[in-house]
Amino acid sequence: MATQHVEPAHEHHAHPQESWFRHYMLSTDHKIICFQYMFTGMALAVVAGFFSYVFRMQMAFPGMHVPGWGLVTPNEYNMLITNHGAIMIFWVAMPVLIAAFGNYLIPLMIGADDMVFPKVNRLSYQIFLLSAIVLIASFFTQGGGFGGAWTIYPPLSAKPEYNLTPWGSSLFLVAVALEFIAFLLGGINFITTAMNSRAPGMSYHHIPIVVWMIVIASMLFMASVGPLIAGAIMLVFDQTLHTAFFDPNRGGDPILWQHLFWFFGHPEVYVVLLPALGITAEIITTMSRKKLFAYKTVLNTAIGTGVLSFTVWAHHQFVAGIDPRMANIFTVMTLIISIPIAEMMFVYIATLYGGSITLNTPMLWALSFIFTFLIGGVTGIFLGASGADIYLHDTYFVLAHFHYTFFPIAIIGTFAGVSFWFPKMSGKMMNDTLGKIHFWGTFLGFNGIFIPLFITGMLGDHRRIFDHNFFPELATPTLKGLREFATLSLLFMLAFQPIWFYNVITSLLWGKPAPKNPWNSNTLEWTADSPPPHGNWPTLPIVYRGPYEYSTPNRSEDYWPQNVPS
Amino acid sequence: MMEWIARSLDRFMPPAASSYALDIDFVFNLVFWIVIAFWFVLVQAIFIGLIVRFRKRDGVGAQYITGELKHEHRFIAWPHYVIMICDVILVAAAIRVWYNVKQQLPEPDATVRIIAQQWAWSFVHPGPDGKLDTDDDIKTVDDLHLEVGKTYHYLLESRDVLHSLSIPVFRLKQDAIPGRVVTGWFKPITTGEHDIQCAEICGIGHGLMPARVILETPEQHAAWMAGAGTSPAPGTATGE
Repeated sequence: MATQHVEPAHEHHAHPQESWFRHYMLSTDHKIICFQYMFTGMALAVVAGFFSYVFRMQMAFPGMHVPGWGLVTPNEYNMLITNHGAIMIFWVAMPVLIAAFGNYLIPLMIGADDMVFPKVNRLSYQIFLLSAIVLIASFFTQGGGFGGAWTIYPPLSAKPEYNLTPWGSSLFLVAVALEFIAFLLGGINFITTAMNSRAPGMSYHHIPIVVWMIVIASMLFMASVGPLIAGAIMLVFDQTLHTAFFDPNRGGDPILWQHLFWFFGHPEVYVVLLPALGITAEIITTMSRKKLFAYKTVLNTAIGTGVLSFTVWAHHQFVAGIDPRMANIFTVMTLIISIPIAEMMFVYIATLYGGSITLNTPMLWALSFIFTFLIGGVTGIFLGASGADIYLHDTYFVLAHFHYTFFPIAIIGTFAGVSFWFPKMSGKMMNDTLGKIHFWGTFLGFNGIFIPLFITGMLGDHRRIFDHNFFPELATPTLKGLREFATLSLLFMLAFQPIWFYNVITSLLWGKPAPKNPWNSNTLEWTADSPPPHGNWPTLPIVYRGPYEYSTPNRSEDYWPQNVPS
Repeated sequence: MMEWIARSLDRFMPPAASSYALDIDFVFNLVFWIVIAFWFVLVQAIFIGLIVRFRKRDGVGAQYITGELKHEHRFIAWPHYVIMICDVILVAAAIRVWYNVKQQLPEPDATVRIIAQQWAWSFVHPGPDGKLDTDDDIKTVDDLHLEVGKTYHYLLESRDVLHSLSIPVFRLKQDAIPGRVVTGWFKPITTGEHDIQCAEICGIGHGLMPARVILETPEQHAAWMAGAGTSPAPGTATGE
């Protein structure tokens, strides 16, 4: 098979009139917009990772002069934890998992030449970039960045005399609202494109799971974000125009904000979870040469989870002062949502049965996603059970739980997807040995951070307290030792990250050229050139079968691409 | 059995100092044994076992399994029926405890008012007359004095932003909301002196809101009350 046909200059010949700026900054090509989202998201991940290093050092060694930062004051500490959370969720997980992978994969996997609204797509990134700039700018205003937790609960967030960040709190909300507008525009594109631009022959059940997942996630996002955008505007009005939507002294209700926030906030978990699950599905089927076990079940459980995710939000508010009778409904709903998620996990594990598993870098990431997400899932039951949540709410147990969901989603999902599609995106193969070293360092480091934090949470360690020495029962040697172990694990994990950047850069410069289909995968993106030119294919492909026909009986090859006539 | 489950993970929890602390530990431990010790261990073992068993080997191809056939689908259908049964047990346990701690209010022996503000806790104890909002009320900052064996109602208020009253040894947590009075209850069962924390971020002093709950025998409590009448807000009391 001919493999070397990729010349990097190809694209430049196709559009000789385009300047670098026009090509990379103002492009309407869905692949370039993917890279814009991905690089912006990763740059912000570095910022948020640095924040976590600073406050974890403060947690383990209170009052220390943190190298690269200095003394951590209480308001700096609050600002660091708030923006670490907000950045990782809104400016890393969302842009990378939904926007970047959605942009790259949807047209290529459904056999379209681009999104249906390329200019809306470009606008979406530009607004997203603006939102990131507004957020970063807020760190440098008088009083510093907002420090009232990423949940932005009023009255703390509503009045400068409470939060001491007159500019930071407003800019934070403006940034969040802009970011949502960006993803609304992106979501319109994803759904419309996936519904209208599919290749001839691609029925609903021939769509790769990752595309379904991103489309369902976009629908969830669009359906849930309205209340929060409205709420954010009301809160900005409270801050700047002194309205009283959430001000209890003048007839407002601070709990209303919590409902608006979590009505969005819980579906949001699934908004980022589903794309990561989709990426995992593509990798484990390809790398184990297996058909996805029960495709329709996966699809149905994803839709079921999505619908149910709108009915569980108040489990974040069990002890927030809501009517205690309401907690019972949300306990029931929360445990019901465990059923489709568990079923989805079973499907993924069942897919491995009878496979021929290659443990390369993308597969290690995909399998570790299942391993760690299971920990995140089962520890969620403790919190969904209202009786136990009375104690565990707002402890490090909660923190460890959601890091065991969000780390697999945002970090493992991203590394899995990038290492899997890197040959297609760049036209070069990544170094698998360096990839595996980076994987093990990250995976072991991550578990070393958060396993101890489950135990500190059980022992009564509360979140967002910048120095536990003020509490005699939290200053015990056991707890201090656990906190130090977590911080050292973080340093261990961060020390492995330069390997990844080194691997990406050296692979881009000197990597082995990638063939069209390095993993012998079935889906349509592997039939385009690596990297695909603007327009993706000279003639658009036609689809003859589903995406997971691996190891089909009576065929010499163990894969059967979707576009090959039978 | 119930008692064993309630106490099985004791060393990972603070001491249990309220009448319902062991009930909450029971829910926690029940989830632990059903979900972690059984489900999680089983699923991870199968998961890792499959990865090891089906590593790529020369000459052995993968099988073609759609998962749509009935005898294949039962491998995920049956486990998920078992999950449903487990969920029913967990919901029943969780709601039973929740009802006891949060939903019902037993008749109180006394009532205390707890006021949160940036960044301190103040407590209003009933004086010798046993009634709140009379002249002999005892007001303290950062020290909550309670008598073992008495059932208390608390009236939780906030003066500015959201706070959250957390007493880990009681396993109790309740947010304080400005403009509302949240009523709840607790009943201390052992003596001692323990931490009270604020569990809801409330500004730059959030980590600087330590308070203490001092659980006293009736004699100690009476002695404290007698002393407090003359010198308000003592720093610490004898709480062995």
